[in-house]
Amino acid sequence: METAKPIRILVAKLGLDGHDRGAKIVTRALRDAGMEVIYTGIRQTVETIASVAVEEDVDAIGLSLLSGGHLEMVPEIIERLNLEDMGEVLIVVGGIIPPADHNALKELGVSAVFGPGTDTQAIVDFIKNRLYRSEKS
Amino acid sequence: MHSHSKKEWESETLGPLVRKHPERKENFFSESGIEQDPIFTPADLNSDEFDYHNNVGYPGEYPFVRGIKANMYRGRLWTMRQYSGFGSAEETNRRFHYLLEQGQTGLSVAFDLPTQIGYDSDHPLARGEVGNVGVPISHLGDMQILFKDIPLDKVSTSMTINTTASILLSLYIVVARNQGVSLDKINGTIQNDILKEYIARGTYDYPPKESMRLVLDTFRFCSEHVPRWNTISVSGYHMREAGATAPQELAFTFCNAIAYVQMAIDAGLNVDDFGSRISFFFAAHNNLLEEVSKFRAARRIWARIMKERFGATAPEAMTLRFHVQTAGATLTAQQPDNNTVRTTIQALAGLLGGTQSLHVNSRDEALGLPSKESAQLSLRTQQIIAYESGIADIVDPLGGSYYVEHLTNLIEKETLRYVRRIDDMGGAVAALEKGFQSREIHEAAFRHQKEVETGSRVVIGVNKYVSKEDMRISPSKVDKNFRQRQIERLVSVRKQRNFSVVKRHLARLEEAARTDDNVVPVIIEAVEDFCTLGEISDVFRKVFGQYMNQQGAFKG
Repeated sequence: METAKPIRILVAKLGLDGHDRGAKIVTRALRDAGMEVIYTGIRQTVETIASVAVEEDVDAIGLSLLSGGHLEMVPEIIERLNLEDMGEVLIVVGGIIPPADHNALKELGVSAVFGPGTDTQAIVDFIKNRLYRSEKS
Repeated sequence: MHSHSKKEWESETLGPLVRKHPERKENFFSESGIEQDPIFTPADLNSDEFDYHNNVGYPGEYPFVRGIKANMYRGRLWTMRQYSGFGSAEETNRRFHYLLEQGQTGLSVAFDLPTQIGYDSDHPLARGEVGNVGVPISHLGDMQILFKDIPLDKVSTSMTINTTASILLSLYIVVARNQGVSLDKINGTIQNDILKEYIARGTYDYPPKESMRLVLDTFRFCSEHVPRWNTISVSGYHMREAGATAPQELAFTFCNAIAYVQMAIDAGLNVDDFGSRISFFFAAHNNLLEEVSKFRAARRIWARIMKERFGATAPEAMTLRFHVQTAGATLTAQQPDNNTVRTTIQALAGLLGGTQSLHVNSRDEALGLPSKESAQLSLRTQQIIAYESGIADIVDPLGGSYYVEHLTNLIEKETLRYVRRIDDMGGAVAALEKGFQSREIHEAAFRHQKEVETGSRVVIGVNKYVSKEDMRISPSKVDKNFRQRQIERLVSVRKQRNFSVVKRHLARLEEAARTDDNVVPVIIEAVEDFCTLGEISDVFRKVFGQYMNQQGAFKG
């Protein structure tokens, strides 16, 4: 059942990388699917992303990076969110993420990694399923 | 039946066939959305008012549609220039030596993001970024290691660097001098195309006007002191990667180029002189004939812009010299070996289109950095085309094809329509400040994504002929242990310098930045005494400020 309150999600470009084709497309697809989306624009620091997530009280965060810094920067975000009592927020990652790193990200608490060629509907479905399921439980 | 016109053939021969056996699709569109007839004939050229003498002509002659040199690759093959660099300066230097030994003919340096944006390797914003997508260069010591034992009078070097182009150029000049190579002997390119950074690539730092002034300073310095240097590589590649169509790629690139040329003319530079040092950089996609037509159209458009709009008289200032890279955005993470086939088609597009140099992407780049084997396969792809395919022996072999000539005209028309629109908005800078180009590009990217998702655009391995994941390929991993050494070297360089000399250089630079003085000679002296890239960039950030306009940022 769709709940009355729409999902709030932050889409963020983490680090110095400026490749935003994917982030902008995903932002639009999530919005078209009825979510409230905040897109930060490029070149955001760990600190900014975490504080926007808190201020906006989001249910989920989509982090995009193609620069190869994911194993260093994503844990820092998660650590900050934990400090802010936002450890429960759903985190998904997109961009160029070598397959060998997927498990490491998942162990850190990332729920899914969406690489090139992902159907945007699959991202929408994943987020809805995860969030509605956790609401029910 | 023997039709006397295309119309007659369509109604008498094609029509009955299609009524009996419908075609695969109702409409056929090119990659860029141009609707395609089933066949092209002399009549299509007539309706374009095809004029071989005035609009096509001979290679090496205006308007250069068939190529910028009379005999093209029969004289010298294109430059095989694979973009590379990651990890430490030492490791990248080893990779350069390896590529040169393998028959690569020019170097192309990838810098890491902190270097591209102007932060030293130990800056807080560089955390997690050092050495990831390129080599970190913070000071002269790093640059000397990068080019160790590479004779800069013999090798040409292309550097993908924009915001900090004046600094990297200065470092290169000092390394060359230290090798005993005079400035009239060094040959290479700095990308230095800041405008497309605001539109698509994202490594800008200062506001557009102030950034343009740095570009102008490099133009001025090189036209006086480094005659063989290409001072700019106006790049459509990144806008195409971000989703632009082929005509958008050309139009946005040429509008940026027009802004640079106008600025240089306004500053009193001679258009024939610096016009011949402008080079270009485009993408090559899968739609082979559309891409070939794009490159042919591009040469004609640029020749006419330079001659008719800017009054150039030297042929060198009218010729479109360009580099091509195969399209990264077409690489799939699924069934990565398929990418070798894609890049081969794309490489052919670039070469049948008459490029001066080429980079072929590696099959594993949708997954990470290319492995050594994949990078070698990319170079071999170029070599096989060069020596085995025969296409290097004929100039513009597709010229004269009814279809290719027609498409060349169509792409030119569509490109010029966009150029006029941007002219009407006040030019490239005014348009990008309004976010026009990036919005157009995003719309095209979104359309493309929807087409893939609905299946109307087929991507093998992604939405058709999907198979179980093949994970045999393992991309290169950056050894991050070098970072400690990189930072230790930086700290020790800072300690060993004469601090009052550094302060004097930076004060002098600040003064030059605040006035009309050319900053390049000042930067050269500064880097010689080991002022760092970050320190020099801090001066610019202080004087120019930082650009905060976030394209596409959004809430709702």
